[in-house]
Amino acid sequence: MEVNLNLGSNPGKEKPKMDPETVYDLIVVGGGPAGLNAALYAKRKGLQVGIIARDIGGQVMDTSSVENYLGFNSLSGEELMKKFIGHVNELSVPILEYEELEAINVKDKSSMREVVLKNGEKFNTYSVIIATGSKPRKLGVPGEKEYAGKGVCYCAICDGPLFAGEEVIVAGGGNSAVEAAIDLAKIVKKVTIVHRSQFRADQILIDQLSKLDNVEVKLQTQILEVQGDKFMTGVKVKDKESGEEYQVEGAGLFVEIGYLPNSEIFSNLLELNERNEIVVDRYGKTSVEGIYAAGDVTDTPYKQIIMSAGDGAKCALAVNDYLNTVNK
Amino acid sequence: MKFLNEEVAKQLEGIFKGMKDDVTVALFTKDQDCETCTDTKDFISELASVAPKLSLENHDLEKDSEKAQEFGVKMAPSLVLLDKDKNYKRIKFNGVPSGHEINSFISSVMEVSGNSQELPKEIMERIEKIDKPVNIKVFVTLACPHCPGAVEKAHKLALENPNIHADMIEAQTFFDMSEEYNVSSVPKIVINDEFEFVGNQPLEVFLDEIEKTQVA
Repeated sequence: MEVNLNLGSNPGKEKPKMDPETVYDLIVVGGGPAGLNAALYAKRKGLQVGIIARDIGGQVMDTSSVENYLGFNSLSGEELMKKFIGHVNELSVPILEYEELEAINVKDKSSMREVVLKNGEKFNTYSVIIATGSKPRKLGVPGEKEYAGKGVCYCAICDGPLFAGEEVIVAGGGNSAVEAAIDLAKIVKKVTIVHRSQFRADQILIDQLSKLDNVEVKLQTQILEVQGDKFMTGVKVKDKESGEEYQVEGAGLFVEIGYLPNSEIFSNLLELNERNEIVVDRYGKTSVEGIYAAGDVTDTPYKQIIMSAGDGAKCALAVNDYLNTVNK
Repeated sequence: MKFLNEEVAKQLEGIFKGMKDDVTVALFTKDQDCETCTDTKDFISELASVAPKLSLENHDLEKDSEKAQEFGVKMAPSLVLLDKDKNYKRIKFNGVPSGHEINSFISSVMEVSGNSQELPKEIMERIEKIDKPVNIKVFVTLACPHCPGAVEKAHKLALENPNIHADMIEAQTFFDMSEEYNVSSVPKIVINDEFEFVGNQPLEVFLDEIEKTQVA
């Protein structure tokens, strides 16, 4: 029996709280690597900074093992985030958790920005760093929606145990997909990985995968439909080389085909690209003055933990420079 | 200690120091057909040993059937939180709250001990309007980082309105029940066995679904 204490818990210390009366220098939206590192850098610069986050840790929490963050050979996503949040907590940055953003309001010529939460709370700040990350991308095939929660899953670490002893399918060919397959292979009877092109995952992971005897790999294979009756029973696929269509059986389908930016609420305010990522310049500045963005939600290429963290730091430093030019 | 290492024990001690009033965990176990009962008992004892204001009351599901009925306990292991006057607060954990669920356990203990988190006015107004019985089941797995958030919300709703009862159900321990409720993604929230949704959704979504049960 394990105990996974919350990242936010900071025993012994009174947790600093966000104060609606305070005018912040910077409000960071998001509690993943980008948001936390932005807050760390900003606080060290002496800025009045607070974090608003739907959940602390972000997507990294769903990662069973991180092996490419410099300085750490191998640790779980949760362990890494614990180190991040522990570091931020040392500096007493107020964090408002479990809250979602409704809007960022820009008032005419004022340099003040208003951050409004879904629950109606409002905060004033001179700058905002958006680090809202991304969410799992869906396949977009018939049956996916119907069987969501009836076999179709988007979190292998959460839902894997519910498929003990059964056969499951993993969709995708990147690191997340291969890691999910390796984890699931420990619990389930058989894993079939289906991917429409070649593996994009790191060779080191592919090597680990190929050592498992209950994993079957189908590359150049496209998922056409999720099928079943009350629950899903499998997927219909197409071999892209031969054109042949056939069934792959499975009680579960774990979709690990990448991510979509959490940028919907900014679509009227900020410039987004064709992938709905927030367009930023090399300082992380968005199309609106005083609003910056960092990490997976931006159009920066390659979504990696270390890059998001670096992005957050860069944005905080840019904000610090910006604030020197603002009439408060 | 069997389950808590020194570091975690110390952290928990620091957290439970914040408890205001005494809280009792009424734990229901049974001698047979319960793989996790003994471990659950030992685990909760260890938690109580680092929390001076938390005490454990052991019950047998069959022998103390009257007590079980009073709290609506039907399964084992199941634990119910009682306030300082031993009042039943309509919140339950079915299955051991270890793994990530330690966090929902801590949060609910804190709430029952009198460290109540204030909810926004609009939300409170909606909660107060609920006048017909509501039962919320939250299915979880212990490896799921999003699940405690959903359990906390369900429990909070129950604590704020006497018409609401909220149960955490650990899907692997109660596998048959999970099958019955078609659980294949967690957290899965089922309201009055009729309305359901998946994911740690905002309180507004819980209330949207709950309000569907309130129409006459």
